Amino acid sequence: MATTITMPQLGETVTEGTVAQWLKKVGDSVDKYEAFVEVSTDKVNAEVPSPVTGTIREVLVKEGETVATGTPIAVIDEVGAAAQSAAAPAAPAHASAPAPAAPPSSNGAGKTSAVSADVESALRGASPAVRRLAREHHLDVRTIKGTGTNGRVTADDVLAAASMGPSAAVGQAITSAPPSTPSAPKAPPPAGTSTYGEPIPGTTIPLTQARRIIAERMVESKHTAPHAWSMVEIDVTNVWKWRSREKDRFERETGYKLTLLPFFIRAVVESLAAFPLMNGKFTADGIYVNKDVNVGIAIGLATNLVVPVIKNADQLSIKGLAIAAGELIDKARRNKLGVDDLAGGTFTVNNNGANGSWASAPIINGGQAGIVTMETVVKKPVVREDDSIAIRSMMNSCLSLDHRVVDGYVASGFLADLKKRLEKMGPEGTL
Amino acid sequence: MAVSSSSATSTVMNNVEAVRATLYEALKNDDRTVILGEDVGARGNVFLITKDFINEFGPQRIIDTPIAEASIVGIAVGMAMEGLRPIAEIQFADFIYPAFNQIVGEAAKTRYRSNGEYTCPLVIRTPYGGGVRGALSHSVSIEALFYHVPGLKIVAPAFPADVKGLLNTAIDDNDPVLFLEHKKTYRLIKGEVPDGHYTIPFGKANVLKEGTQLTVVSYGLYVHWALEAAQKLQLEEGLSVEVIDLRSIRPMDKGAILRSVEKTRKLLVIHEDNKFGGIGAEISAMVAENALFHLDAPIRRLCAPDVPAMGYALPLEEEYMSSPAEMADAMREMVKF
Repeated sequence: MATTITMPQLGETVTEGTVAQWLKKVGDSVDKYEAFVEVSTDKVNAEVPSPVTGTIREVLVKEGETVATGTPIAVIDEVGAAAQSAAAPAAPAHASAPAPAAPPSSNGAGKTSAVSADVESALRGASPAVRRLAREHHLDVRTIKGTGTNGRVTADDVLAAASMGPSAAVGQAITSAPPSTPSAPKAPPPAGTSTYGEPIPGTTIPLTQARRIIAERMVESKHTAPHAWSMVEIDVTNVWKWRSREKDRFERETGYKLTLLPFFIRAVVESLAAFPLMNGKFTADGIYVNKDVNVGIAIGLATNLVVPVIKNADQLSIKGLAIAAGELIDKARRNKLGVDDLAGGTFTVNNNGANGSWASAPIINGGQAGIVTMETVVKKPVVREDDSIAIRSMMNSCLSLDHRVVDGYVASGFLADLKKRLEKMGPEGTL
Repeated sequence: MAVSSSSATSTVMNNVEAVRATLYEALKNDDRTVILGEDVGARGNVFLITKDFINEFGPQRIIDTPIAEASIVGIAVGMAMEGLRPIAEIQFADFIYPAFNQIVGEAAKTRYRSNGEYTCPLVIRTPYGGGVRGALSHSVSIEALFYHVPGLKIVAPAFPADVKGLLNTAIDDNDPVLFLEHKKTYRLIKGEVPDGHYTIPFGKANVLKEGTQLTVVSYGLYVHWALEAAQKLQLEEGLSVEVIDLRSIRPMDKGAILRSVEKTRKLLVIHEDNKFGGIGAEISAMVAENALFHLDAPIRRLCAPDVPAMGYALPLEEEYMSSPAEMADAMREMVKF
């Protein structure tokens, strides 16, 4: 007997889905509950398990193609049915005929996907607390991994997802996305498209889940938090000298490069201690001042942005920060960051200057009060207080702040404090 | 006489000793205080709570009554309205029913129906609850029967220090108070009791153990077992359960319950009384009304099955009552929900 598989409905309001990847090809056998196709929507990525054991007879939708939910996407010959259909001459002709366009019967819909059923039941099982918290944190319950009984999404799961912030949500989406089957052949991108890594002019790059979530979170943050912006110029000559003197030995001893980043983070955490509101967040109940100081460091990768977090950064020396940052950057580049690495940030540092940026206006990581940048260090002639002119290493530092949490008084105080601390650092000292 | 020494700041007592000490001090401190009930005089109460009181305070103040509960409470209501401070004893809560009209129809309504002209400063003490092989007529929980009645306060302490503080408050109160003493805790539960006169206000629950994953509300004997189960779960499985001892059932500390539920998002009410229409039902409804959007699990009640009474046979008694193990199971299920 042939079973027609239809595009599952992966969410209450979802009306269509994209075949991301066929994990089985025509002629492959498939076990009941074995995943045979990966489907993505703008909400979730999901592997669709087979409702029957059999052989893939026909694939009706190409990879990359988006169809309405309920549209037939494949036909599977159930075990025992193959011999039967071979015996019946009409069967192959029927098999090659276009799949019925009629919407599936309720019976058929029930067979579509266990994943679909799970996602739907997760939504139905969402408690009042889960629904409220998800709404407050602008999260979709269906995208959160549940740890409760039978995989129910609990309120703690929502809070954990919320605490991860936007970059963590990306990481979670990435890490929770079903692993692709290595043996499955990669289909060429549809005509007129290219990939993020190899963009071709005149083509459209299909959105990956990570790209889509980054986009959503950026819009959300910009939409939710009224951003204000400020900048200071900092004389980092002495820090630069200190770092230059230590960097070779440091790399030899630890294996990590010593950049200006850990010096900067050290000064940031000290300034956060002096201006704790900058380490807070806006909530419906009031401004929550975080106890922990967990500094996210924005790392741009070839295809997306990640912001792993140095936990309790205020408890680390410059050396400790350098190693922690080095480990995270290394993991990010090897695509080994886990959800834990991305969770819990309370403030973010953006190392824009690495690419030569002189000033930038970053978007705040949602659920935080600010993001500060370290821009490129340039040698400039500087008029000093005694009216002498000297060549100094100068760096701009820019702050985007959530104006709901702090006003200019606190924000500019924070920046001025940061400047003062960095200018006092070096050229001697212990890392 | 188990009255505390003035040189110490506290004395270790069990619950029954705390009742006795408090009553003794009340009799000493206020001549208007009288105790009446079956066998409270010459016999000194079935638990020997008032033993020898009659020798010191005389039959005018320690009054043996006939086996007639309606009469005990009815007379006490008259005494209270005429200026005495009666403490009426119902020997076992199971026998309180004949006095129902005197408690509900008269005492509870006195202040309201006289427009405040009369008050009824009456304490009705009674041992209640099971777990002592008391069988059909010596194991009952009665709180829900009286809970519905405005004008009546109901107190059910679990610890000796609370027994003294709350009984003092009950004796000082100008309105009727039903003071429930769980008989299994009488000698089982010991603790430090501060010396001297002190009171604990009604309507103040006690958070016995803080937790983050589940709120357990209970009172009386079950508070001890719930605490035991929660501590075991914390120690062995790392589960964080908050345990709240209501202490006074009406007035109830709604704030403490709501604050806790808003923190833990889950609520388990445990009581010995029958489930249907019990205290747990009221607490559940109150939380559903006030904290729906904080709830992350259905509210659950672990209570006695809906059978008319506790059996004498040990398996029947055990079936009727919850145990620390059953409580731990319910807590674990709720935390993991």
